[in-house]
Amino acid sequence: MLEIKDIGIRLGDFALEEVSLQLAPGDYLALLGVSGAGKTVLLEVLAGLVKPQHGQIKWNGHDITLARIQQRPVGLVYQDLSLFPHLDVYSNIAYALKVRRLPKAEIASQVEVLAKETGVSHLLPRFPGTLSGGEAQRVALARTLAAEPAILLLDEPLANLDAKLKGELRGLLRQINRSGKTIIHVTHDFMEAATLANKVAVIEKGRLAQFGTPEEVFRHPKSEFVARFSGIKNIFPCRTEPMPGLQGLQKATINPNCALAFLGPEEHTQGFVMIPQEDILLSQNPIESSAVNQFQGVVKESYISGAGMELLIDAGFEVVVSVSRLSFEKMALMPGKNVWVSFKASAVRFLAD
Amino acid sequence: MVFLFLSGLVLLFIVAPLAGMFLNTSAGQYADTLTDPTVMRSIRLTLLSSLAGTLIFGIAAIPLAYLLARKDFFLKGLVNGLVDLPVVIPHSAAGIAILGVVSRGTLLGKAGEAAGITFVGGVAGIVLAMAFVSIPFLINAARDGFAAVPEKLEKAALNLGASPWRVFFTVSLPLARRSVVSGLIMMWARGLSEFGAVIIIAYHPMITPVLIWERFTSFGLAYARPVAAVFVMVCLAVFVLMRLLSKNHLHVRN
Repeated sequence: MLEIKDIGIRLGDFALEEVSLQLAPGDYLALLGVSGAGKTVLLEVLAGLVKPQHGQIKWNGHDITLARIQQRPVGLVYQDLSLFPHLDVYSNIAYALKVRRLPKAEIASQVEVLAKETGVSHLLPRFPGTLSGGEAQRVALARTLAAEPAILLLDEPLANLDAKLKGELRGLLRQINRSGKTIIHVTHDFMEAATLANKVAVIEKGRLAQFGTPEEVFRHPKSEFVARFSGIKNIFPCRTEPMPGLQGLQKATINPNCALAFLGPEEHTQGFVMIPQEDILLSQNPIESSAVNQFQGVVKESYISGAGMELLIDAGFEVVVSVSRLSFEKMALMPGKNVWVSFKASAVRFLAD
Repeated sequence: MVFLFLSGLVLLFIVAPLAGMFLNTSAGQYADTLTDPTVMRSIRLTLLSSLAGTLIFGIAAIPLAYLLARKDFFLKGLVNGLVDLPVVIPHSAAGIAILGVVSRGTLLGKAGEAAGITFVGGVAGIVLAMAFVSIPFLINAARDGFAAVPEKLEKAALNLGASPWRVFFTVSLPLARRSVVSGLIMMWARGLSEFGAVIIIAYHPMITPVLIWERFTSFGLAYARPVAAVFVMVCLAVFVLMRLLSKNHLHVRN
């Protein structure tokens, strides 16, 4: 159990204030925020690179707030990776093992296992300067995993990677997390957060704006900042399958009673679908239109959002829809009202697992 | 065009006197000098004394350079200034200063005598004088080298569980090696050429710069020049060789 309590630090103009959160073993926390919000500073405090001015960090009941860097249960992967440029990939990965003075044969076999797990076996004799971004990212991950940290701290691990590599690395991170490791993953990309994490913390100007499950944070943002930052609230894990006879259309099953259609490659896979809330149409009756997806639902909640209104609608799945105040009043979209929700298959975005 | 002309002039200024010295020495004089045991002994003494000074004081100077590059402490500016002091004071004055510390009546002098080390008129004094005037070259080069190593890499090593000691030897020192080696070579080369400080502490045993001076004052230019020419060539040869060796080594690693 990791307990972060009232952590505060002032660095020049920047201040991190009263950040508190708790993580259970095996949790995957996405630390979200715009750049300069203080996400990296929090990681550095956890790793002991900077000392907090107040607050406490506890790991399994032990106070590690001021513990030495080399005696903490955390492994940090910097955004710039900081691989040792004078050591080859093998020696980079073996670094933490040599620190523990393991016998040579043991080091060799552990490096082999780690390299295989992270897919860098073919890179072992290379030097960091010759690696691509994705390769270097994997090597940095393997090097940190070799130290067997209880908590893995990742600073923007998917930034600067192309879509294919991102997908591969996401899979790897999920696999590492499933093996029981607690992960704290700093990102400014809510999609990364939504697709990997079981806990989300949003940091705004050095303060913790919200902390909870991705559903809580994205569906029920506590502040306008969180709402605007997360942007898309309608994001659902799904299984996909081709729809026979309907060329190009895929079926995404988001719960046992509910599936929707989207445009995508014909294959069976897993992933996430997202429906931008401004692309969803509300009507009092079913309508004839080009929208393939049409569901009957009921308004559950309504609240003011900026110049318009946001409605939470239960249509077999909970979906957030934006409407203008004029439409809200004209259609009397109060909680309990029956409505039809429709959106085009092409409005649905899909992100493969 | 003006720049080219001025650059040429400066290069000529450096090369011409040396070239003149080499060309004014005949083959016979070279042969005589190279077989003169006094000259050969002094060259060996000069090379080894400077090397000893570099290695002995380098062991302490490298950690100091690291501290200067990494840590902020009270009066750091003053310490940086102190390090450069031997470069700016006249070397005869440096010799007098060292003599004041190691002459027979002093604590260090007595301690040396008890241990069988003679500073005044001895090799130990030569080593000390050479190291004193040349140590800024090593400290400055090594400090710049350490400063250029990203601190993040050291933090990354700590994060992997390494002790600060291990981090220094496996990350900081290897990454600053080019500058440290270059500093060692500079220190050694500077030590070889020292005259002022050494002659005050030890006229004998005679290092080559002192021998050149002695031949010049006793016998004249014609006798001093061949020794000077040979010594300059030896220095250049060793200097170039060391540079090449350190460069090749690094090239393979990167």
